[in-house]
Amino acid sequence: MQKIGVFVCWCGSNIAATVDVEAVAEAVKNEPGVVFSANYQYMCSAAGQKLIQDAIHEHHLTGIVVCSCSPRMHEATFRKTAESAGLNPYMVEIANIREQCSWIHKDKEEATAKAIVLAKAAISKLRNDTPLQAGTSAVTKRCLVIGGGIAGIQTALDVADAGYEVDIVEQRPTIGGRMAQLDKTFPTLDCAACILTPKMVEASQNEKINIISYAKVEKVSGFVGSFKATIRKKARFVDETKCTGCSLCTTKCPSRKGKNEFNMNLDNRGAIYIPFAQAIPNVAVIDPEQCIKLKTGKCGLCEKVCSAGAINYKQEDELIEREYGAIVVATGFKPIDPSPLNEFGYADNADVVTSLEFERLMNAAGPTKGTLLRPSDGKHPKTIVFIQCVGSRCEENTKRGKPYCSKICCMYTAKHAMLVREKYPDTDVHVFYIDVRTPGKNFDEFYRRAAEQYGVDYIKGMVGKVAKEGDKLMVQGSDLINNEQVHIAADMVVLATAIEPDPTARSIGTMLTASMDTNDFFTEAHPKLRPVESPTAGIFLSGVAQGPKDIPETVAQAGAAASKVIGLLAKDHLVTNPCVAQSNELMCNGCSQCEKVCPYGAITYVEKEVRGPGVREVRRVAQVNPAVCQGCGACTVTCPSGAMDLKGFSNKQILAEVDAICRW
Amino acid sequence: MQMVNETGWKPKIVAFCCNWCSYAGADLAGSGRLSYPADIKIIRVPCSCRVNPLFILRAFERGADGVILCGCHPGDCHYTSGNYYARRRMTMLFSMLDYLGIERGRTRVEWVSAAEGAKFSATMNDFAKTITELGENRKLGDLRCKK
Amino acid sequence: MENNAKFLTETALRISGVNPRKCMKCGKCSGTCPNYDAMEYHPHQFVAMVEKGQIEKLMQSKSIYLCLSCMACVERCPRGVEPGKLVEAVRLMQIRQQDKNHKGARDIPEFADESVPQQLLMAAMRKYRK
Repeated sequence: MQKIGVFVCWCGSNIAATVDVEAVAEAVKNEPGVVFSANYQYMCSAAGQKLIQDAIHEHHLTGIVVCSCSPRMHEATFRKTAESAGLNPYMVEIANIREQCSWIHKDKEEATAKAIVLAKAAISKLRNDTPLQAGTSAVTKRCLVIGGGIAGIQTALDVADAGYEVDIVEQRPTIGGRMAQLDKTFPTLDCAACILTPKMVEASQNEKINIISYAKVEKVSGFVGSFKATIRKKARFVDETKCTGCSLCTTKCPSRKGKNEFNMNLDNRGAIYIPFAQAIPNVAVIDPEQCIKLKTGKCGLCEKVCSAGAINYKQEDELIEREYGAIVVATGFKPIDPSPLNEFGYADNADVVTSLEFERLMNAAGPTKGTLLRPSDGKHPKTIVFIQCVGSRCEENTKRGKPYCSKICCMYTAKHAMLVREKYPDTDVHVFYIDVRTPGKNFDEFYRRAAEQYGVDYIKGMVGKVAKEGDKLMVQGSDLINNEQVHIAADMVVLATAIEPDPTARSIGTMLTASMDTNDFFTEAHPKLRPVESPTAGIFLSGVAQGPKDIPETVAQAGAAASKVIGLLAKDHLVTNPCVAQSNELMCNGCSQCEKVCPYGAITYVEKEVRGPGVREVRRVAQVNPAVCQGCGACTVTCPSGAMDLKGFSNKQILAEVDAICRW
Repeated sequence: MQMVNETGWKPKIVAFCCNWCSYAGADLAGSGRLSYPADIKIIRVPCSCRVNPLFILRAFERGADGVILCGCHPGDCHYTSGNYYARRRMTMLFSMLDYLGIERGRTRVEWVSAAEGAKFSATMNDFAKTITELGENRKLGDLRCKK
Repeated sequence: MENNAKFLTETALRISGVNPRKCMKCGKCSGTCPNYDAMEYHPHQFVAMVEKGQIEKLMQSKSIYLCLSCMACVERCPRGVEPGKLVEAVRLMQIRQQDKNHKGARDIPEFADESVPQQLLMAAMRKYRK
């Protein structure tokens, strides 16, 4: 039999004014198990806590009920109080007689009666409480960053800076991501490569950072503190340790049909190539789809010219298995394909380009060496029309595009317009916009500069049709301010296409059991208070994988994610919430229902020898991983045999409360 | 304020509230001093999906006249999907209660967020009114449990 | 909004099934309209005017007959507002005004040509009676 102490708080007059606290303390005295009851002005005060501790010692209490404010307020306080007096902190129950009683009722008799029922319910629950021990699990002091763009690089640098090992897994042959493809960055107009490549070099030279490029994460198991990942490093057919990055092979390669992904397929590359001059690792890679040697067995030119002997046509995929304490998702984005929006004629006209393609056309390392030329005939465009919100801000669940604002397009369009006007002042630049959204430091000033100083023609309205006429593109759109339809004979049309999560994001999310929204962006644990953590413990979010962002925001978020990772890796052990599900092996029938409803993948099935009265056999039973379980209880209700129960909120405890409430 | 009908009978109402949204909503109703009948007693559960339909039947058996389950709004569940499970399970339970001839109004599922103190109070007032109108639960009560 | 305007707006919305509040005022409909210049009220204005309850103005306007019903605006609206359906609805409302458009049997001889076959007159009357 338990020895229960009941402590009724006055909360000054907050409770005592409407609840007769003495009557409550008196009424519960004869409840089974109660050996002590008291009331005091402020239980949460030092004196109040001392009263509780003294009573625990004096009466050898095995559990306490505090009748006070909401457990959301002071449950933790009283648990600590109990613990310091040598009581198990989970042998504490709170009867909420302030928020749910004294504050909402005016009649003292009625409120007192309710307070007594609430106290009795808490006592009934406490009689079924069992001491719970918070478990611990070890932390592997290594972090996995999926994605090697600016988000992944920044997170890796910050985590490495704190002294922890970091692996960056990048699907492309080089790190750098989308930022490496950009020409200039808004609103300062400094060149993207100039600020990114030093960071890439820093990452590659950091002893704690291990870059695994041209690879993908194939499998992840485990839980916070001890994930196990299988990484497939695709065959490059070039020995990374031998290749010096001289790029002689790339110039000699006779195959010229491979599309250059780095230049948004605007030009071709060899079958053996280095994505761009500052690539990291600066190692060539062979595209097996294009390589004549790999396809027909004849050629081998690159092998002949390579003085380092780095070419290895027989190289195979490599599987790497590693353990990690934390995983950061930095999978980034890609622009949508605007072809289905046929009014823009993207699929039919080479001179209708997306903004990222335009970025490459303006870049000194791009297909035109930085001279702005039309892809169709290589002429200088004299009139350029920019169209914003292409595929953004559309009605949900339609083929028109994405329901969200892609956030960066207004600013980069202003940047493009400005750069064109600066480089080629004789060019007419028109921008069709719905709204110009510039919430950021120095952003609106930047946009106004484009309009006022650079003479960019901003037209409030949307383009309804782009049609080829001779060598011109006829753009028909509305000008809502002038209330007229405008027709512009343009040489080039640039679409500010919406951005969407990288196509690999969905499968990675499934692999990590990290939740995602309907647009495949990763969801955060709390939209305001925990913006860089996934609801799944140990998974952190960095960059556009979580939602559209510009570079400064991405870097800030990457740093925030890193600080969360460091906070986790700094711990030797994780203390787990003991209020988790637990399966009774004797009752489990191995049906797998609980495994299916668990949102965290905390339940696995194992073949186990079960021993009980008259039972000794190997059965397939559910096992809950207490480090992963968050204690929602979905499995407890699903379990048909009643084997699954939730500690701290067990069936017995809740039913005891139900019974107690219904009795009076 | 207590709901009393002509004969002096008062309803007994059990409210299951999830820890993250509705229980916090109830706390907010309290700090806003938004009253609702004292006949309603709240049981805190971690998530609406922790509520076994059997808990509700047990409450009726032991003499409750109405049971209400409150959880986070769809899409807002702290555990991402718990309230969807709760919704499905309760739909099943309610259709069974319908089949047994139990008045539909005795059970209810409501979504109350942590910011909706006013909604919590309004919901509880409305539910208590419904239960008072329906009168005592005789069909499901276990007579052996009566004092 | 006065009662009649309210009634007309509700009718237009009911016939068309359009929710003008979904409009984000991007002007795509007017940008795409092939008969823009001929119209007094352009597609985007149409949506705005329905939202503000100015149906009567629209009913009096020739714009409702100048819409080609090509439905390009319906096809391309990013928010699924479907302005073309509104034009269609207002046009129907104008046509369906029984007592204003309706010609009684007595009105007919005044403008009926003697050469019009009697059978046609009968058919026309029957049609308008409905």
